[in-house]
Amino acid sequence: MKDKPEKLIVKGKRLDGRKMDELRPIKIEVGVLKRADGSCYMELGENKVMAAVYGPREVHPRHLQEATKAIIRYRYNMASFSVEERKRPGPDRRSVEISKVSRDAIEPVIIKECFPKAAVDIFVEVLQADAGTRTAGINAASVALADAGIPMKGLVSSCAVGKIDGQIVLDPMKEEDNYGEADMPIAMVMPDKITLLQMDGCFTQDEFKQAFELAKKGCEQIYEMQRQALIEKYGVEGK
Amino acid sequence: MGRELAIPGDLLSGDVRLAGEGTYIEGGKVYASVYGVVDRREKIIVVPLTGKYMPRSGDVVIGKITDVSFSSWTVDINSPYEARLHISEHPERIKPGDANQHLKIGDLIIAKVIDVDVTMRVDLTMRDSGEVIRSGRVVEMSHTKIPRVIGRGGSMINLLKRETNCDIFVGQNGRIWISGRGDMANIVAEGLLKIEQEAHTLGLTDRIKEFVENAKRSEK
Repeated sequence: MKDKPEKLIVKGKRLDGRKMDELRPIKIEVGVLKRADGSCYMELGENKVMAAVYGPREVHPRHLQEATKAIIRYRYNMASFSVEERKRPGPDRRSVEISKVSRDAIEPVIIKECFPKAAVDIFVEVLQADAGTRTAGINAASVALADAGIPMKGLVSSCAVGKIDGQIVLDPMKEEDNYGEADMPIAMVMPDKITLLQMDGCFTQDEFKQAFELAKKGCEQIYEMQRQALIEKYGVEGK
Repeated sequence: MGRELAIPGDLLSGDVRLAGEGTYIEGGKVYASVYGVVDRREKIIVVPLTGKYMPRSGDVVIGKITDVSFSSWTVDINSPYEARLHISEHPERIKPGDANQHLKIGDLIIAKVIDVDVTMRVDLTMRDSGEVIRSGRVVEMSHTKIPRVIGRGGSMINLLKRETNCDIFVGQNGRIWISGRGDMANIVAEGLLKIEQEAHTLGLTDRIKEFVENAKRSEK
């Protein structure tokens, strides 16, 4: 790992030249996997994630099924080549936790009563990681769910805020995450519902409020991009 | 034709009485629940662009027998839920235990959905519109594309039938039975694939007509 840079903010700009309230470049592609019912590939700066949705489909093993609504299963997984030091493949403490919180972030928007006794499986594979993979995964999963035609109350948009050199910044990248003072991923259903809020590090109350407002702005921008990506899949032709 | 696409969560109307399928109501307003095309002709409905087939009573579907039991068959209807066909719903009179002599695993049938209960138990009947498929071929596509295969007032399906002299039966669940001369059936299958891929575009019937004519010419 590279050593800590002396300063994370130089002349009002961040290490990659971004402003404090600027997201990394985002690319979203819908329907990239043919065999999945819905899929989405997303790039958030150096993060590359792929989300696939299967279902509604029959539940195996049987005892997990619920008589009145669908169950949602979410698997977050990092590819062994996604980080500098090879990641030992398979679920570990971290990815089990992220799977759990991501499922909880997505579940409230899905209208589960439409599919009793069925399951909706969401798979998120991180191909390249650079801080903020859970937020990228949630964004991609929510687009993939829409692509699979699953009834939802809205799209979930997610982004992180951090604190570096005493300043609140949007969407921290790897160096900022590693050497920063705080990192707070948030998932939202526009305009005002929060489905995920985690925090690592410390914020004062005022900083928290400021960080939250910044995250909200980030989520709004991401929501617009998710929306655009979905419309582009069918909207460009035929008009 | 200006089409309005909706993303889940889009506000469609403030009038709750207009809420139709593919929408949900919250706080006295109507929102889209699925990703699809908005239709505001009568009620506001969102026609999904993708998704699995959900059986509804009255649908005529093409099913595949996946299991035979003492007094009924289990039928795969291209949906997350299996369907059940009781022997009393077979056009012939079958004694309990003789089910296997009439329909075997792998057989394809045309059947009507008579009932879907709240736990999504699906019951089929072959009594009025049922048939066993013994010849031809069956192709599968997303059920959301079926309205395009039929076309306005049946224009698309009639075009295919007329041009190729094939018998085509379209099941609501996205399975389509083609029976006719081999080369013509090929053209139909290819045409259907084209419809599936271009289902969301305009002027499709004309393009399919052109496609079928060209294909017929090159067959000769």
